[in-house]
Amino acid sequence: MITQYLNPGYLDKSNLKGIATMAAGFVAIIIGVSLSSGPLLADPNNSVMTLDNGQTLVTDVKPGADHPLDHLYSGWRFRATETQSLQLDDFENPAFPAVDTGEALWNEVDGSEGKSCASCHNDAATSMKGVRAQLPKWNAAINRPHTMETQINECRTMRMGADKWKWEAKQMLAMTAYAGLQSRGMAMSVNVNEGEMSKWNAKGKELYYARVGQLNMSCANCHEDNYGKMIRADHLSQGQINGFPTYRLKWAGLGSIHRRFKGCMKNIRAKPYKRGSDEFTALEVYLAARGNGLAVETPSVRN
Amino acid sequence: MAKPRVKVPKKASPGDVITIKTLISHKMESGRRKDKKTSELIPRKIINAFKAQFNGATVFEAALEPAISANPYIQFNAKVSESGEFHFTWLDDDGSVYEAKKSISVG
Repeated sequence: MITQYLNPGYLDKSNLKGIATMAAGFVAIIIGVSLSSGPLLADPNNSVMTLDNGQTLVTDVKPGADHPLDHLYSGWRFRATETQSLQLDDFENPAFPAVDTGEALWNEVDGSEGKSCASCHNDAATSMKGVRAQLPKWNAAINRPHTMETQINECRTMRMGADKWKWEAKQMLAMTAYAGLQSRGMAMSVNVNEGEMSKWNAKGKELYYARVGQLNMSCANCHEDNYGKMIRADHLSQGQINGFPTYRLKWAGLGSIHRRFKGCMKNIRAKPYKRGSDEFTALEVYLAARGNGLAVETPSVRN
Repeated sequence: MAKPRVKVPKKASPGDVITIKTLISHKMESGRRKDKKTSELIPRKIINAFKAQFNGATVFEAALEPAISANPYIQFNAKVSESGEFHFTWLDDDGSVYEAKKSISVG
């Protein structure tokens, strides 16, 4: 063997050719692998969202011609099959104990007026149907849009004589999940032309495209320009907000839209705005309207 | 408030082994935690027993101990040969009984 290697003959042309062919083969294999896995990761997957009760939810919507995106995809389409299946079955969906809490709170009398939500709104299944799909909604009395959280707190303070709930309080999340669930499957339909909503929408749009933080990134850099691609181990979605409050496995619990905004801002090393701030409310208005047409998925499950 | 959730298939063929999943929202207070302000022990309050019956016959039962975490989830299999009703009961330390019923059609 040694003599064979020491023999200069092994460097003759025919052998070199063999080595070169072999090397080319390896290169081809490497390219082949990266090409075949490329499209798989760069697109939303093709899962169909059919719930346990037989209801099928739209996860791919063709928006109007002036929309910056060609397709609106639910964030669900970017998740792994295991995460997706958690949302399909109300028993498996880890948000449902909170929904049960929400239902109990709905019927619980609180505050000085001796009222519960049900005293005025009766059965949530009928009175809350479609509410989530229209929020945030313009309210002339307070001269700003109501999010579900501010609407609930207005009811609690003005009509029930009860204390406000904090934005991220367990009760608030339970209530927004329970009330939001009643609209599940309905198309998001936020009206940005009512009152001064167009101003809020424009402000939200400005925030969406403004580069901020040490990494100098805007929402659009990830969620419009690069959705479907991998950002390290995470599959970037379009950042649609049709499934909130959402159960994030990372949080091991429910979280509001504004909590998610904060997380994104921290990731790009920006100083996050506060929950319920004008900035986040404007961003919520813009994002909700940007996803008009997608089905309400509350309470969704994400990674 | 404890609210049970149960998942039983709606249909099955005779002799099928079906999977039953149950979950109950409950604090499962172990009795070993102290109130941070008063330093007094918080009294134990857990679900101490679970039972599943099918058409009156016990299919599965379990004794639960204080080390079991909140919202106990119990999953088990059962062989069904006829249509009927599953009846699930959870017993609380304070004497309350939580119940759930689910029917299955076999055939």
